[in-house]
Amino acid sequence: MRLSVVFSAGSEMVHSSHRLALLGTLALGAALMGCRQKSSAPANSIVVGEFASLTGKEATFGQSSNEGLILGIEEANATGGALGKQIHLVVEDDGSTNGEAITIVKKLISRDHVVAVLGEIASGRSLEAAPICQEEKIPMISPGSTNPAVTQKGDYIFRVCFIDPFQGTAMAKFAHDQLHLNRVAVLSSATAPYSAGLAHYFEERFRADGGEIPIEEKYNDGDKDFRAELTAIKAANVQGIFVPGYYSEVGLICAQARELGITAPLMGGDGWESPIMLQLAGAAADNCYYSTHYSPQNTAPNVQSFVKRFQKRWNGETPDAMAALGYDCAGVFVDALKRAGSTDPQALRDAIAATKNYPGVTGVTTIGPDRNAVKPAVIIELEHGESHFLQTVAP
Amino acid sequence: MIEFLQQLLNGISLGAIYALLAIGYTLVYGVLRFINFAHADVFMAGAFIGWYGGQFMPSNSIGSGLAVMGMAMVGTALLGMAIERFAYRPLRSAPTLNVLITAIGVSLLLEYSGQKFFGAAPRHFPPLFPRRDFNVGHLTVSSDQLLVIGVTAVLIVLLQTIIYRTRIGTAMRAVSLNPRAASLVGVNNNRIISFTFALGSALAGAGGILYASNYPAIDPLMGVMPGLKAFVAAVLGGIGSIPGAALGGLVLGIVETFVGGSSLSSGKDAFAFAILIVILLFRPSGLLGRMNVEKV
Amino acid sequence: MEPRPRFLLPAPHWALLGGLALSGAAMAAAPSIDPYYLEILTNIGINVILAVSLNLVNGYTGQFSLGHAGFMSVGAYVSAALTLFVAPHWPTPLIFFVALLAGGVVAALAGFLVGMPSLRLRGDYLALVTLGFGEIIRVIFQNIDSLGGALGLNGLPPDTNIFWVGAWVAATIFVVVCLVHSTYGRGFLAVRDDEIAAAAIGLNTTRYKIIAFVVGAFFAGVAGGLYGHDKLTISPAGFDFTKSIEIVVMVILGGMGNTLGVVAAAIILTVLPEVLRPVADYRMILYSLILIVLMIVRPDGLFRIRRRTS
Repeated sequence: MRLSVVFSAGSEMVHSSHRLALLGTLALGAALMGCRQKSSAPANSIVVGEFASLTGKEATFGQSSNEGLILGIEEANATGGALGKQIHLVVEDDGSTNGEAITIVKKLISRDHVVAVLGEIASGRSLEAAPICQEEKIPMISPGSTNPAVTQKGDYIFRVCFIDPFQGTAMAKFAHDQLHLNRVAVLSSATAPYSAGLAHYFEERFRADGGEIPIEEKYNDGDKDFRAELTAIKAANVQGIFVPGYYSEVGLICAQARELGITAPLMGGDGWESPIMLQLAGAAADNCYYSTHYSPQNTAPNVQSFVKRFQKRWNGETPDAMAALGYDCAGVFVDALKRAGSTDPQALRDAIAATKNYPGVTGVTTIGPDRNAVKPAVIIELEHGESHFLQTVAP
Repeated sequence: MIEFLQQLLNGISLGAIYALLAIGYTLVYGVLRFINFAHADVFMAGAFIGWYGGQFMPSNSIGSGLAVMGMAMVGTALLGMAIERFAYRPLRSAPTLNVLITAIGVSLLLEYSGQKFFGAAPRHFPPLFPRRDFNVGHLTVSSDQLLVIGVTAVLIVLLQTIIYRTRIGTAMRAVSLNPRAASLVGVNNNRIISFTFALGSALAGAGGILYASNYPAIDPLMGVMPGLKAFVAAVLGGIGSIPGAALGGLVLGIVETFVGGSSLSSGKDAFAFAILIVILLFRPSGLLGRMNVEKV
Repeated sequence: MEPRPRFLLPAPHWALLGGLALSGAAMAAAPSIDPYYLEILTNIGINVILAVSLNLVNGYTGQFSLGHAGFMSVGAYVSAALTLFVAPHWPTPLIFFVALLAGGVVAALAGFLVGMPSLRLRGDYLALVTLGFGEIIRVIFQNIDSLGGALGLNGLPPDTNIFWVGAWVAATIFVVVCLVHSTYGRGFLAVRDDEIAAAAIGLNTTRYKIIAFVVGAFFAGVAGGLYGHDKLTISPAGFDFTKSIEIVVMVILGGMGNTLGVVAAAIILTVLPEVLRPVADYRMILYSLILIVLMIVRPDGLFRIRRRTS
């Protein structure tokens, strides 16, 4: 290509339409610059931000945790807030989409001037937001992201739930020791980081215990047909299938597995936690087990009291694990705020890191040195389309 | 051997749905020479109409199931005709690229309106047809799979009858061969095109119901992937040819199923596209199509 | 008609220098600008590069490519691999520039590989094949574990700043405008207006199509590198055909073959979601309606270009 020819070409007349385009953009730009976003937070309040997947594929996660969080903040405000001020919550939706979390967290920090960021459930999106919170030195508390990489982003990033190595190990132990399974297949999502991570930890522990994983299949989030993968798994003669995915796919997987005549137990992690999962699986949700953070059937008094208060606040809806985690996230934040005695980010960060034996509804929460919470897991069994609490697994 | 047969069966039932959608694409391409991107979303609309319809019908009888399917087919036919009338007809003489862009616009409109009004989260599709699983040896055949194959076969036969044995079918073929000549011999092109859209969309609606019966999680974006794959199937079979579309759908469904059962399972979507590329490079007229020389 | 007066350099060259100067000034002012606005400006810049580069292919050459996000992802991953793994300890401006160039070059190579087979096809088929290639590229990255697999890469060094973005925007527009107003541009327009006639008078249409494709892919790769080092996280899912369609909408809104219009459209379509954040769920519905109405009413885009008839 003769560059000299290209770059020596003269310019053209500036068309009037070009000028129009230019003027239009300049006008828009000017309008935007002048447009100050009115702060909607009442004066003299503490502003905290939340980002969640309120719409989109993992909508139930976001909506549940949001409801729990709101309940937590409202209860705190009812007893006088913290540091003598009311707490104002700003919520942004990331639509379960990649990339959105970055923009909205930047907005929360720089436009809404939040003192902390609470969110998200899905590990992939928490991973997007964490570097930003760390860079801006604003504490971030994830209610339910279980991938270990999230808190490794920096010392301003925390979580109030357990992490996948623990969850994967717990399920591997359960499969091997309690269900006495020696040959298990793994069917995980190729597109969700959470799924790959959990699968990895499960496999590590299961093999270490002497179990065999003769076949591993992957699917893409959004897939509807898993018969191909399940047929291959069925042919491998396994005693169980580990499905560390999200509820939208897991529900269909359960249904199709049973249709294909696979009677072996299906197991999974907290990604199963959603009412939609049971709807999709229907009566096929039988002989299924999954680990999660809490169960509303837990008879502990603080859990039952929380369940009742949640039902009262949200039209009789029973809180699921994500809601409970959201509630505890808010609780830990408020508790840390009080202990910090100020909204200074460093002080707040240190107070969160020092959280010890906070009585959460998802378990007694202590933030460890790696900024993860050391908590027990709960295993839920699905029988004939109904879920019930099976047992607790200590960390 | 059993696994192979099971996968084959899975593939045929998936392929039948792709075939229904592919026929819709091919019909529209035949008369208007462009790819109706919005077809996949008409498919989705069919599933949602079925969802609402299923609330009113007593479930678990073949009759009520077919009634809901009929309702969905009528609904999608109307939707298809409306799209043609308002979005495509004004562009009848415009360059194909413009119509393509409009089609993308209509597709996005349907998807995002759906997300706004139905919510983006998947919802459970009620079982419209009584479910029974048959066990032939170690093979498991679900009644839904049989239904898909059966209904598709019936609809294809019906379609062939309409196209080759009725006057309106002859008119359709005339328009697809040469629109100007057709109008010269007295065919009302606009009506025929509307009818073609109605037919294709009705098939999409039926496909939506059958798909939702087999995979009972519907959401506003459910049509995107099946739509793209059905288009690949139409091209594979030879765009413009109805038996080609059916064959293409079947082949694609089977291939996709076997890829899905192998270790490359997460690449099965990309595989469909790879097939498209290969076909377009080496045999652009598809398996059953004829080479069309473009005249100036 | 008199030749237009040249002041030492032709006008586009002044524009390039001006653009670079402006970017430098913006960089100097950066610490005092609200980070949210800086982020929006960065997004605008990246989208402008994407839209202008796609406009070269779709608008000027008339080849409807729906896989632009695939080239963007190639650029993002290659540049990230360089800054993260290959030479993380080189001085930042140097390694970043090299990484962006490398990303662009590899993306251009990908453009060549995709273009060679695809550009024999017309209209709708080309659109779908490019969409297919975009998906294939995405799946390839999803399966490369050393590049993070489905998780993608994060912890990219935050190298992108307003200077780099501004400089590359200026460079992209400069190259595209010069290309279009040269003999190559004549070739592109000829291919767009009537490919058969162009071939009949002896133009090597495939060559022009490929050149447009490769240049477009190069800048998409650069934009991808800038994007990655701004968001600090890249994953295959973020470069799917939804992203491609977003860029296509900018090109259509701006008017296919109208660079300035496309720039304006990119700005508008980047800023609008922020402005419309309160009604975010209606945004896409609005976009799609705009597309449909625009095609019927003003198919040449919002900013109609007066075609030179000479």
